[in-house]
Amino acid sequence: MTTTEAAIAVGTRVHLYRTAVRILAFDETYRSAMLSGKVGGMYYPARGQEFAAASVAAHLEQRDYVVTTYRGVHDQIAKGAPLRELWAEYMGKVTGSCHGKGGPMHVSSPAHGLMVTTGVVGSGLPIANGLALASKLRRTGQVTVVNFGDGASNIGAFHESLNLASLWQLPVVFVCQNNRWAEYTPYGAGTSVANVAERAASYSMPGVTVDGNDPIALYCAAGEAIDRARRGDGPTLLEAMTFRFFGHYFGDQGEYIPEAEYSAALAADPIPRYRERLLADGSATAQELDEIEQAARQEVDDAAAWAFEQPLPPVSELTTHVYSEEIL
Amino acid sequence: MTVATDSRVMLMTEAIHDALDVALGMDPDVFELGEDIQDPKGGGFGIHKGLEAKYGSERVRLTPISEQAIMGAAIGAAIAGMRPVAEIMLMNFIAVAADQLYNHAAKLRYMSGGVTPVPLTVRTTTGAGMGFGAQHSDMLEAQLVHTPGLKVVVPSTAADAKGLLLSCIFDDDPCVMIEMNALYFAVQDEVPSGDYRVPLGSARIAREGTDLTLITYGRQVLDCLAVAEQLVGEGISVEVLDLRSLQPLDTDAIFASVAKTRRAVVVHEAVTRGGFGAELSALIHNELFNELAGPVARVGGANTPIPYASSLEQAFLPGSHIESAVRALLA
Repeated sequence: MTTTEAAIAVGTRVHLYRTAVRILAFDETYRSAMLSGKVGGMYYPARGQEFAAASVAAHLEQRDYVVTTYRGVHDQIAKGAPLRELWAEYMGKVTGSCHGKGGPMHVSSPAHGLMVTTGVVGSGLPIANGLALASKLRRTGQVTVVNFGDGASNIGAFHESLNLASLWQLPVVFVCQNNRWAEYTPYGAGTSVANVAERAASYSMPGVTVDGNDPIALYCAAGEAIDRARRGDGPTLLEAMTFRFFGHYFGDQGEYIPEAEYSAALAADPIPRYRERLLADGSATAQELDEIEQAARQEVDDAAAWAFEQPLPPVSELTTHVYSEEIL
Repeated sequence: MTVATDSRVMLMTEAIHDALDVALGMDPDVFELGEDIQDPKGGGFGIHKGLEAKYGSERVRLTPISEQAIMGAAIGAAIAGMRPVAEIMLMNFIAVAADQLYNHAAKLRYMSGGVTPVPLTVRTTTGAGMGFGAQHSDMLEAQLVHTPGLKVVVPSTAADAKGLLLSCIFDDDPCVMIEMNALYFAVQDEVPSGDYRVPLGSARIAREGTDLTLITYGRQVLDCLAVAEQLVGEGISVEVLDLRSLQPLDTDAIFASVAKTRRAVVVHEAVTRGGFGAELSALIHNELFNELAGPVARVGGANTPIPYASSLEQAFLPGSHIESAVRALLA
């Protein structure tokens, strides 16, 4: 498996960009729809964190498992959740991935390996261990990736999960997308170590901090961790440094983020920066990248148009899927 | 499902062991996880003894003291299509895993629109009267029943413990079996061999009667049977209905019995206030108001934490208050 940056194929490099712009197109279009009132509800944008999802998911097969959080649209798209059903689910439509009963915080698309999205910080880690345990017991070679934020590294479930994964040598990769802010609280006010990855040592697993906005660096680090899990050598705590541009939830002005920090992050927006890099190193032409961007926008526009036409669930759906049988 | 061709008398602990043995033997997707469950001890009450030797340490899996991790591992494995049986050592420790059980296990089928069901089983034990104190003795079934998506069973016989547990393990929903530890070594009865099932949502008439129905479950079934036996001499005929399954609930059996006797007393060990008895009382009043000879009575645990001192712990328990409640309703 590739661990050196230079050895990454052009096709892979461009694929990372394609995934990121598909996520960007979805996020931009959805935010725009929120602003114009065409969609309502809560939305937790992942703008700025696209590569944290894309560079990890690029190593995963459809049968591998992903667990993510309410700020998970990038992980959901990167794992292959179909955009039409995703947009419809975000709008609560009956033909959404989850019949409109979960919404953005609870999207599942198990056919694509997207098993759980959780709205409770840190709760995905124990569940990821279970998915990994099943793979191990059944000897399938599947890997589980669980995504969470820096804030989640302080909740008990994080610590229990890392301990257990290490003890049982589970095929799981713990991906901490450290965007420096846990809701309105800066990293330093919540976490007693300088880097989340330092905590790996307490649980006898490798801990790696990487620039999550450098698609290639993250791709390499993720590849090592996923390979390690797949060959049975156990879990890794992978900390991908990143930033979120739209606050905690869409509408949050982010007034608690120091201006200098915010401007610096905007100036270092990973997507245009990577586009420049691909052009500069000859991985792609401007026309190719334009076509990728255009295709992404078209795919999202199609998904949105389709989803807007879909109905909300009928009231009869309130009482279905509580149990396996039609009982309450 | 194989038809049981023979049976033998077993303690409740042995019956639970038997159910686990049958399940582990018939389906490779079944596995257990919990604290201290491996050999030689086989758990706090020895229920698992010999299962690790027979099925291996992968499938009879030892966990650290990590209830959130235990519950989450069960959830993830269940979503992947396995049938985990997680032991939470004492019911009070469900609180430690509450987020996983209530926010995830119970709800993932619904939130996913049915595409990620959670066919796990949780086994847990509890009960007052053992001197374990306020943090190790609570019956908390009301919290479970109050969470749509969970199924809840409470056996009072060894046979039901086996049959309900096997039904839970092969049920496609998250099921919690509450084992009242006062019954572990105190009840023994004929338990069918092999894959014996008691369906969920089915109550059992433990004793037929005509004058009044005692509706109960778990340890209090024995208390109620004792009271019923005692009152025979006075010509009072008490029916004892063992619910066995709290969710799903056998409302047909409840209503049939109370329609017949016209008097109902609900008995449970859990704290009376906000207890499951309140739900049962409301259901009965709603369905049979015009037929009732008197209001549904509740006899439950005191509205206190469970004290340590044996004198106080006995006072907490409902057992000594059943007879007076019966007499009051018959008066």
